Amino acid sequence: MAAPSAQREPNHAIRLGFTWLVLALAADLLIWFVLGPHLPPGGLASQADGQRFDIKVMAVMAAPVMIFVLLYFAYSLVVWRGREGDDDDGPPIGGNARIQTAWITVTSAIVLCLFGFGTYELYHSYGAGAGEGPSPIYNPPGAELTAAQQMAPWSPGKPVVVQVIGQQWRFTYRYPQFGGFETTYLALPRNQWVQFDVTSIDVIHSFWAYQLGVKADANPGVDNVAYTKPTQLGRITVRCAELCGLWHGAMFDYGQVMTLANFQSWAGASNAHFASVTKLLPPYATTYDPTEIPLFKLGKVVKALGLFGAGGGYYPPNDPSQP
Amino acid sequence: MSLPVRVGTLLAGFLAVVGGVIFVVIHYLLAGPPTVDYSAGVTPDSGQTVSIMLQEDAQNTVTSHPDWVSYFIKDPKSHQWVHTTLFKVPAGTTIDVTILGYDGCTPLRNPFWGKVTGTAGDVENVNGTPVATLNSWGSCSVAHTFSIPSIGLNVPVASPTTLKENNSLCGTSPCTSGPHTTVTFSFKTPSAPGDYFWQCRVPCGLGYLDGFGGPMQTIGFMTGEMEVVS
Amino acid sequence: MAIETEPGTSTQPGGGVPAGEPAVRAWWTRPAIHTGLIGAVIGYAFGHWLGNYWASPGVGSPAQYQQIPTADANDFAIVLGYTFMVVGWLIGLGFFNDLVLAMLGRPLRDYQLRNGGDTGMARYFRLTHDHKVVGLQYLVGMIIYFCTAGLLAMGIRAELLSPVHHIFSSSAYIEIVGEHGTMMMMLMTSVILGPFGNYLIPLMIGAKRVAYPRLEALSFWLTPAAFGVLLSAILLGGFHFGWTGYPTLSVQDTSGGDAYAFAFGLMGLSMILAAFNILITVICYRAPGMRWGRLPMFVWGILGTAVMMALAAPILVGGMYMILTDRTVQTAFFADQLGGSSYLYQDLFWFFGHPEVYILALPGFAIVCELLPVFTRKPLFGYKIAAAGMIGVTLLSFFVWQHHLFDSGIDPDMRPLFMLTTELISIPTGFIFLVGMGTLWKAKIRFTVPMLFCLAFFFNFLIGGISGVFLSDVPADTTEHGSFFVMAHFHYTIMGGLIFAFMGGCYYWLPKMMGIKLNARLGYAHFWLMFVAFNSTFLPLFAIGLAGQPRRVFEYQRDLTTLNDWVSISSFFLGASILIFVINFVWSTVVVREREIGNPWNSRGLEWQTASPPPAENFAVVPVVLTGPYEYGVKNSPPVADLNPPVGVLTASLSDTQTAGAEA
Repeated sequence: MAAPSAQREPNHAIRLGFTWLVLALAADLLIWFVLGPHLPPGGLASQADGQRFDIKVMAVMAAPVMIFVLLYFAYSLVVWRGREGDDDDGPPIGGNARIQTAWITVTSAIVLCLFGFGTYELYHSYGAGAGEGPSPIYNPPGAELTAAQQMAPWSPGKPVVVQVIGQQWRFTYRYPQFGGFETTYLALPRNQWVQFDVTSIDVIHSFWAYQLGVKADANPGVDNVAYTKPTQLGRITVRCAELCGLWHGAMFDYGQVMTLANFQSWAGASNAHFASVTKLLPPYATTYDPTEIPLFKLGKVVKALGLFGAGGGYYPPNDPSQP
Repeated sequence: MSLPVRVGTLLAGFLAVVGGVIFVVIHYLLAGPPTVDYSAGVTPDSGQTVSIMLQEDAQNTVTSHPDWVSYFIKDPKSHQWVHTTLFKVPAGTTIDVTILGYDGCTPLRNPFWGKVTGTAGDVENVNGTPVATLNSWGSCSVAHTFSIPSIGLNVPVASPTTLKENNSLCGTSPCTSGPHTTVTFSFKTPSAPGDYFWQCRVPCGLGYLDGFGGPMQTIGFMTGEMEVVS
Repeated sequence: MAIETEPGTSTQPGGGVPAGEPAVRAWWTRPAIHTGLIGAVIGYAFGHWLGNYWASPGVGSPAQYQQIPTADANDFAIVLGYTFMVVGWLIGLGFFNDLVLAMLGRPLRDYQLRNGGDTGMARYFRLTHDHKVVGLQYLVGMIIYFCTAGLLAMGIRAELLSPVHHIFSSSAYIEIVGEHGTMMMMLMTSVILGPFGNYLIPLMIGAKRVAYPRLEALSFWLTPAAFGVLLSAILLGGFHFGWTGYPTLSVQDTSGGDAYAFAFGLMGLSMILAAFNILITVICYRAPGMRWGRLPMFVWGILGTAVMMALAAPILVGGMYMILTDRTVQTAFFADQLGGSSYLYQDLFWFFGHPEVYILALPGFAIVCELLPVFTRKPLFGYKIAAAGMIGVTLLSFFVWQHHLFDSGIDPDMRPLFMLTTELISIPTGFIFLVGMGTLWKAKIRFTVPMLFCLAFFFNFLIGGISGVFLSDVPADTTEHGSFFVMAHFHYTIMGGLIFAFMGGCYYWLPKMMGIKLNARLGYAHFWLMFVAFNSTFLPLFAIGLAGQPRRVFEYQRDLTTLNDWVSISSFFLGASILIFVINFVWSTVVVREREIGNPWNSRGLEWQTASPPPAENFAVVPVVLTGPYEYGVKNSPPVADLNPPVGVLTASLSDTQTAGAEA
């Protein structure tokens, strides 16, 4: 453009760049040191802590970008606003190859860094607490993926296996290593790896143990595995994070991270308390199909009534003939 | 078109829309079954006891869904059975519940719910006999359940057990005769007022996938709310 | 708004010579909405009867299809009812008249429907082949759909005022949430492509008509049917599975679920039809000289949108069809215990659903790129990079869908790949910011109402886009997925992006489309209230989501009450701002009608070079385009097009050996 006007004009780029640098640095320091330790979902478990770290890193990456764009917009709206009575057009700048190249390079670099970081974190944190399906590739040591392995009594060094069964509208928890009892209360030992085997016996639910940093969809017929390691004692809130029908909003319960000794005595007591109903449960498996009740569980009268599965099947022949 | 015609058309259209919205909101979105009030005349947290009575029927002859199973609640004042699942009870009060089970047996989806929890002594009385666990897979024993998850209450409601009884269930609701069980139990309402949902855990939504559609997800049939007032 | 009419000419490709002078009939004797409604009622009654007859014992072979043949629970009858209802609606509107006439060998009557062949208010209420009428039909339709869904949103926020006390039952609440979500996500796909795309694209590329006026009209007249079917779910007890309709919940639900799947599938058809019309129009109907490098950015954006619609919507139609057959004739595509899989649906749905998100974003990019040069009085910065951004978003949008399923246990080993593709798509999206910021550099910004909406678009989309990067990171997503964080994120991109751009487009193009100015004072009030209330509504939702509130719940943590109340009250102000827009729209177009015939924004866009509203055939002669549309401030730049090109230029441009003879 015309040289004289460039001399008269201030150097917008330097002004903007300097202001941006100061603001971005201040914002990043604030995020890292002041806001960071308070970011959700807290530090009750290793995975929650890892997610908090990720959110913190993302925020540190995002803040300079946001500040750059917002600062630029604010600056241009003030400095380059149309003056009253000036009906002329602006300078015809159709593009700038250097700026365009720089923009593409920088955004690509940021994106690739984020990808590398995210993948490392995913691997490093054994799946980051997210549901990994029936055969996860990111496992903590000692992970056990078959029903037979999971039913072996727990010994130190192995993950504590908790089967989460979603049903409308309640999660129940089954502890195969501690006698196979089922309960509505989620108790976990501190400083042990926990392996959640999440499944459903009706529609899709999502097991969201907020303070543990665990979220895994409960799909019928699927064993969805997620890992976490509670590191502090405290209360857990479990909510369903996938719309599952009428009372989805009220599908929540609580749990507790306790010391290993307390956990073991709790498990023993629960095993005794639920003994009468444990023997009625289907044999422990990674998934359940309640439309087919194992034949040996069926009594005489049920057979006489033609009831071979839980009610409300799909095809008429499979339905119980409601008397 | 002239200005008055345009404005007139506009106003007419506007009023029609507002009227339509109000109609839909009132008749479809805010409509629901009535609430049976058991809290009248009872002081919360005073140690008094409230008795409530429900019945469950294999069908109902009072709605446009005749093949849906349904609960009914007895109004304490008029002593009439009301087709609803909403009831109001005082906070911090012992509730004596009587459920008349007029429906036949169906296996539970998860046999875990065969265990009675949350009642006084963790038992229910089936025709006067205390029972702690019912095996819905092994025998014809459970018709439905009465469960309030947020206070840990779960009561499997026993069904008539013989084939003969199951084949001659009452056909006109609310039922007054026919084979049935009488299930009684007590529980204490929480001290915090609020709405506590309750549901049945037997998949009895016949013809719906997993048995959990239809009556299982329609308030007024097999699920509802207990309103606790202080 | 009487448009100047000329007698229909027969110079159009594919047009036939009218058989004679049209006999002008009274409006109520011609097919229109009222005959359509009669057809719909008859069709529904017939279909419903047929379904019940078929399902009754002893008729259906080999056995009754439906376990419960009572009328209110027979999904088969309801779906057949809807099917015949739509057929009856289209017959009543006269969609098959020409087909029947052609089969009988009689002369067609479509001259009555062509550009300018039909006049008067009544043509807005009936089938027409005039893209300008269809555009306005779309505009009013979309505003009605948007306001209906917006009212439902007010219901959601009213319920969430308290964590314990309930206005609606949990059933009615989920019903409202599902209706709101589905109505917005299915009908708003066409909120810009429908009105502005159909109306403006022929004007912008110098065409006299669109390629497939019948498909275009059909695409519009399917939207009221989809809207009606979706709303009718309320009469059937609603559907209780949200807009995503995951089985097995959606297969399990009561009869309202049929309305959901049918309406969504129907809207999928509408999208496909609208998209093909736009695609072929842009490819084949550009005026001489309208090279790809001169295409307005709006056309580029709508072209990308049409590509995504044409490729993604069929998947949706398939998914919805499978839901319907699962619900009616127990095909068990999605029932695990019978060999199906709910994962199948999640893949199908999101393979449509994620391109759909960009179907909802790209038209917004298109409008801001189109408007910025006008109000900065500068050429668009980086025209090629803007087009590349739009093409990049279009292509990449098909490779990211599984990021909705990071926690689902589906293909867990693919998560790094989908994390990469998701993050990659922020590069072409970023191009739009580069273009916007470059265009502002040393500009002469005019703060008109449309410009304010454009600037707000950048602000909102920045927040929406950056929060999307948080969601692409698997560990961070584990906490954010399925929470209000996601909800806030996509409201920032869709409402803050698409709807703000749509509003900007309304203020900018209504003078063109209707020859009527919207009241600027009300426009400023609308903008500021909407901008402040929007951010005040959705910004706190990020915090609410991170604090652990899942979506679609009617009960939440007590310690989130203050934030939720803040959001609810803000949302009522947001609703009020939309009300201001509606009042402004109605006041300006029905009551006051302040004429605007020129080029009020001094735009160089080709659409502004013809009269406002444009004459029946847009241009007296097909123009010859001379420059790109954004040559603001370029010295000695010729006018954007020669509206009266020398005789012979047009013919020459159609011959193979010569490219457009427009290098003036």
